[in-house]
Parts: sequence; structure tokens; C-alpha cells
Amino acid sequence: MSRQGTRLDPKKVNSELFTLTYGALVSQLMKDYENVEEVNKQLERMGYNIGIRLIEDFLARTSSGRCYDFRDTAEKIQLGFRTFLGITPTISNWNPSGDEFSLIIDNNPLTEFVELPDHCLNLKYSNILTGVIRGACEMVQMEVSSWFVQDQLKGDNVTELRVKFVKRLEDAIPAGED
Amino acid sequence: MSVSKGLVDDVLFEFLHAELVSYVLNSSKDGKKGDVTSLEYIGFSSGYRIIERLTKEWPRFKDELETMKFICTDFWSSIYKKQIDNLRTNHQGVYVLHENSFRFLRKISSGRQYLEAAPKFVAFTCGLIRGALANLGLDCTVTAEIQQMPACKFHIQVQKN
Repeated sequence: MSRQGTRLDPKKVNSELFTLTYGALVSQLMKDYENVEEVNKQLERMGYNIGIRLIEDFLARTSSGRCYDFRDTAEKIQLGFRTFLGITPTISNWNPSGDEFSLIIDNNPLTEFVELPDHCLNLKYSNILTGVIRGACEMVQMEVSSWFVQDQLKGDNVTELRVKFVKRLEDAIPAGED
Repeated sequence: MSVSKGLVDDVLFEFLHAELVSYVLNSSKDGKKGDVTSLEYIGFSSGYRIIERLTKEWPRFKDELETMKFICTDFWSSIYKKQIDNLRTNHQGVYVLHENSFRFLRKISSGRQYLEAAPKFVAFTCGLIRGALANLGLDCTVTAEIQQMPACKFHIQVQKN
């Protein structure tokens, strides 16, 4: 009997464990909070905490430079998805003034093993992503807001994440630094 | 491995774990700060599920020891980037896993200052081991012992029934 035939692939194991752990977390939150809105908010908050740290990793790995307009930013966010989640969302649905776009996400790894029960229809299962984007952008002096417009978990054809530019954060530089 | 399927980067798991720890410890409602039960339970559910996916192509483990070896080698190195450094057993259902540099403790200062904070960072993993073993048919209790970070010992006691 050979045990060598099916070596585990560490990348895949890590990825699946992440997905499952995230699922366990969401279900724990559903138990802890009565209100689904609270769960969405908590997920966003956790994402924010991750985002403010993750941006360091992103900058170090991709050696990205400055963004000159929001279209640049959109591409950087897309690159972030590729770097960390291994997926490349499509950028689309720009609004006329160019400060709002959508990411169309296919094969969201977070939802790989997920089906939402009927009483969870208001749950934004992947809401952590909106927090990550907000946190990461805030660390590079940009305030954005983002939210889910469509979600495959809820029977929509695609998962659509909307990102909107709010303002540049001018005051975030500590005193005494140029 | 299909190209279209996203593979999540390792670093996210570390961040998620840190958030889990901070959430569970700050949210204990009934004033029981430092209660790691739900952290352990999140680990348990994840371990229970992941092991089923990992071992579906594997032949059945022939005994308890072989199951433990699998946990210490293949399973452990996939998740924690290294194998368990030493596995001891009394052959009566007690196993001690010596880990000299545990992934979730490696980035904490190794002095005694933070030693009392250490249990929060191993609770998830205790649950993970317990969940994995439960799905492989072994009912256990798993506890961790930390004397000098980042080393850590996991004590597994198999329940005989």
C-alpha cells in the first residue's frame, strides 16, 4: 500500500482551510449576533483590520507605485485580488464621472463550499472583502466605500462589488514629515 | 489544479487567525474575558471539515499511531509550514506533539512578557487537531502547553470507549 501517491498540496490545503475557517467564523457570528446587519458590520470591521495590514504586503510584493487616477487604483485593486485570492475580477460599469466602478467576481474562493439557508438572505457573506478594500485604500490616503450589488450566493448571475471613491485623505501624514 | 480556481494566499490565513483571536476575546459577552471556547470550536469545525477533503484519496490508516503520524507530518506541514519536531507517546492513548517553532507564536516576542497571552494563539489549533482526529474516528481532548515561545507542546489524550 503506497502512501506516496497522493501528497497533499500545501497551497490548496491552506486555501481550503482559509475558506472553511472563514465559514466557521461567519457561522459563529450568526450565533453571536441576533441581527444579520450586525454580522455584516462585524465582517466589514474585521476586513478593515486585515486591509490596513495587508496593504504593506501588497506594496512589498508588487512594488506598485503611485496611482494617478482612479482607473489606476481599480487596476491595483484587481491586482490585489490576483495576488491574495488568486482570482482576477473584471473591472466594469464605470460611472460617467469615473469615480465609481464594479468588480465582477467569478469563482470567489470565500464562497466555494457555501450555500445560504433561506433565513440568511440579508447576510452579506463575503462582506469582509469590502472592509479589506476600505482599510487598504485608507492606508494609502484614499477614502473609498464599497458594497455588494449582486451575489451569486443569492441567485444572481454574477457577484458584483461596487467601489466608490470618496476623497483623498490629506491629513494622514504624521506631523513633521513631508 | 485548474487555472480558473482561485487559491488563497497563505498570509490571509494568518491575518484571519489574528482577527479571530481578537474577535473572540473582545466579544465574550458575559464578561468572561479570555474565554477561548468558541475559538477552539471554530478550529474544531474547520479541522473536521478539512480533514475529510484531504484524506478522501488516502487508504485507511491502519492504527492510531499511523493517524497521529499523518497529523504530524503531511497535515501539519501543509498548514504550519513545517513538520512536528517530535512525537512522543506512551502507547496508551497519550500523545505529545513537540513543536519547536509554532507558526502563530513565531512573530511574538519570545520573552516571558507575553507568555500569558500565548494560550489565545494556540486554542484554534487545539480545536483543529481535535476536529481532524474526530473525523478520523478518534475522540480526543487536546490541550497545549507553552513554556518558552515560540515552542509549544500539544497533548492529545485519546478517549477510549
